[in-house]
Amino acid sequence: MRLWDRYRLRLRRKRLRYRAFRKRRDLSAVVDRTRDYGRDAILLVAVLRNERIRLPYFLRYYRDLGVTHFLMVDNDSDDGSRDYLAAQRDVSLWTTRASYRASRYGADWINWLLMRHGRGHWILAVDVDEFFIYPFCDTRPIRALTDWLDAGGVRSFPAMVLDMYPKGPVDAEPYREGGNPFDIASYFDGGNYMIARNGFYGNLWIQGGPRARTMFADRPREAPSLNKIPLVKWHWSYCFVSSTHMLLPRGLNLVHEEWGGEKASGCLLHAKFLSTFKAKVAEELERRQHFAESREYIAYAETLKDDAQLWCKWSEKYINWRQLEILGIMSKGGWA
Amino acid sequence: MTATLGFVMLCHTALNRAAEVARVWASAGCPVVIHVDRRVEAADYRRLVEALGDLDIVSFSRRYACDWGTWSLVAATQAGATQLLGRHKDVRHVYLASGACLPLRPVAELIDYLDARPQTDFIESVTTADVTWTVGGLAEERFTLRFPFSWRKRRGLFDFYVRLQRRLGIRRQIPKGLAPHLGSQWWCLTRRTLSAILEDPDRARHDAYFRRVWIPDESYFQTLARLYSTRIESRSLTLSKFDVQGKPHTFYDDHLQLLRRSDCFVARKIWPQADRLYRAFLAPQPPGSARAEPNPGKIDRLFAKAVERRTRGRAGLYMQSRFLLQDHENGKTCAPYSVFHGFSDLFENFDIWLSKAVGGRVHGHLFAPGRVEFAGGEAIFNGALPDSAALRDYNPRAFLTNLVWNTRGERQCFQFSPRDNQACNWFVATDPNAQISVITGSWAVPLSRANMNFSDIRKEAARLQRIETEHVRILRTMYVKARVRIWTMAEFIENPMEPLQVIIDEISPRSTRPLTEAPKLVDLAGFGQFLQSLKNQGMMPTLMGDFATTDDPQPPAREHGRPYLVR
Repeated sequence: MRLWDRYRLRLRRKRLRYRAFRKRRDLSAVVDRTRDYGRDAILLVAVLRNERIRLPYFLRYYRDLGVTHFLMVDNDSDDGSRDYLAAQRDVSLWTTRASYRASRYGADWINWLLMRHGRGHWILAVDVDEFFIYPFCDTRPIRALTDWLDAGGVRSFPAMVLDMYPKGPVDAEPYREGGNPFDIASYFDGGNYMIARNGFYGNLWIQGGPRARTMFADRPREAPSLNKIPLVKWHWSYCFVSSTHMLLPRGLNLVHEEWGGEKASGCLLHAKFLSTFKAKVAEELERRQHFAESREYIAYAETLKDDAQLWCKWSEKYINWRQLEILGIMSKGGWA
Repeated sequence: MTATLGFVMLCHTALNRAAEVARVWASAGCPVVIHVDRRVEAADYRRLVEALGDLDIVSFSRRYACDWGTWSLVAATQAGATQLLGRHKDVRHVYLASGACLPLRPVAELIDYLDARPQTDFIESVTTADVTWTVGGLAEERFTLRFPFSWRKRRGLFDFYVRLQRRLGIRRQIPKGLAPHLGSQWWCLTRRTLSAILEDPDRARHDAYFRRVWIPDESYFQTLARLYSTRIESRSLTLSKFDVQGKPHTFYDDHLQLLRRSDCFVARKIWPQADRLYRAFLAPQPPGSARAEPNPGKIDRLFAKAVERRTRGRAGLYMQSRFLLQDHENGKTCAPYSVFHGFSDLFENFDIWLSKAVGGRVHGHLFAPGRVEFAGGEAIFNGALPDSAALRDYNPRAFLTNLVWNTRGERQCFQFSPRDNQACNWFVATDPNAQISVITGSWAVPLSRANMNFSDIRKEAARLQRIETEHVRILRTMYVKARVRIWTMAEFIENPMEPLQVIIDEISPRSTRPLTEAPKLVDLAGFGQFLQSLKNQGMMPTLMGDFATTDDPQPPAREHGRPYLVR
């Protein structure tokens, strides 16, 4: 990397952090319990809108993993999400009516909250429909992972988005509050992911899976990115560049091995394709607040119109993280 | 009456766990001296002292601020050991443990074990020439260079100073009589050896020397024990495993059975929050269980595999945390596969014939322009690979490596021709897993029968010839790692069975059955004439080999219906 490029990245990082600083005005605190947690707390940060039905299971899942505190941004929900979250003792909640798109799809808000409250903590930045899976997650809490990363001097941990879908139309079986979404959406694509390097930011660009296969087969370049780096030991100078796909400084994106061997990695099981999906798509088409003029949502709408299935006969049924490791979707790396 | 075994514990975090372990040892009558890092906050230290206040054989030694890899650890150990030997005259063996150690077997068994070997020092002690585990390449040089800078905090300065000393050829003198040895810092020494080291008249000189040695806690006692011990067992009684970076592996709750099976006395290091491990191993254990010899080898496999995975990884796997630079792949693909270039143009239903011959599925042209021709015309294949040509062409290499990865255990064979996507040619040619068989020029066969304007045919022929020439050029470079065989079309049809037999023997070496049925050659009537027409139009077809213009090339067996190979 040339000096000039490094300087450009530095400028970009400064600009993003300044932008996040300005966007702080968007957020107003509903409940701020950020004094409640200690120095070694593991924080989860998320932006959501109208996800009331998902929240109970989401919070339970991450509490069980050992997340200490939740920093949540409610983007103008009208389904009771705000009141529900405000009543949780381990949630600090901010609310905003500002544009999701204008905050770079929530990244500015997240950057600001982390700038304020995330310093020195391990933070997990996810969406409300993403469920973090890592090696040994069935027997070891998330702190075991962060302790191990700390011991190795590792600052960030990758987890690829794994789109989960049901057998049959997405709305065939209704999702009920508190239920495990992966009882319904229990299938995934085992081996059709395409990887390329992003030279400038140093991260890998991963596309593929059921969305590329069914909705973007004729224009693969536009298929959604699946690479994410959700778990980071936060430092005041860090920032997310685009969603949680990549970070600055660039070194945080080098979570893959380049000279031989495997580093450890996890997955974000993506519970997007549930019975709640149709309503979400309709709403987002109206609002047009998502990435690239919501082209993803336009594609979803078209797919939904003719009740297309994501399931195919080669779909894998999800069992546990060991299955994902055997399939080569994630890895234990040097952790044993 | 105290036991004949005493412990020195070095602690810096998770003091509550250290207290639990110290209590178990003390309850068995073993005196314990605890060293707590001076950086630990006073309140935490006081809490630890209070928690163990009721045990009078637990004492605390002078506190040093310990930094990894520095003399302070040795100083702390010396202080603790001196105190233990001075206060408890019955102690015959001193066991050095850390706050993250956990006894896996009752202390009584360890005492019995040591009572049966009263003169033996258990200390891993290996000469520098024989160690393989040192990380960072410093083995012999640990003893001959100076290390005034912290490796953790001032890495740049540390490395610079090492390089400078190497460049200038500065070397320290190893004191006379010392033969540098290295080994695990967790040992169990007899009073005789340990006191000899601590009360050595030369100790000041030794200390002064080791103060500037790199990681002295792995060499001080290991080297000096060689001077005084009469019986050294060069192994540590503490089970610990090291990862690629030379850091100890941590044990978690899910290692419970593994640790039980190891039959070791003490393990480190334990994750402080591994409640199940602490509960299981600190609880009073039924006496009379098997007195097996410690056998850390039983759990080696798991950790050796972790190191292997971290350093080499799974061959042919491309994923989010393993995406290797070109030519650093350990295996470009994960399994052997076969490419048949030009066969499908020359033989009718070649894929069906081949599938019978090798007893497996055979793909058509995977890289065909319209769609991916999976075996059996499938629209979707293993791993949910779709047959979309657009997706494949977006990242052809990922397509190929995914296909081979998804079908591990089943050999992939596919057809190829200059009409297909050529993006993977270099990749396949440099992949040792690839078996590439090429019949050059056969692309002209379908052209010779195409219902097109001759000028278009001529243009198309020129294009295909250019592409194939380029591919063949790649296959003839010195970089090729694949098993490549190239025939011209004329050569091949002269005697098709022999090369086919060779290829198929290579694909399935165990099948002893020779080929009986040959694939059916397409009708080549008029092909010679077609080539001549191309020549007449000013194009020079070079890849087919020699065909006479007039008499059409046919294999001799052609007259007897289907051709059979007679053996």
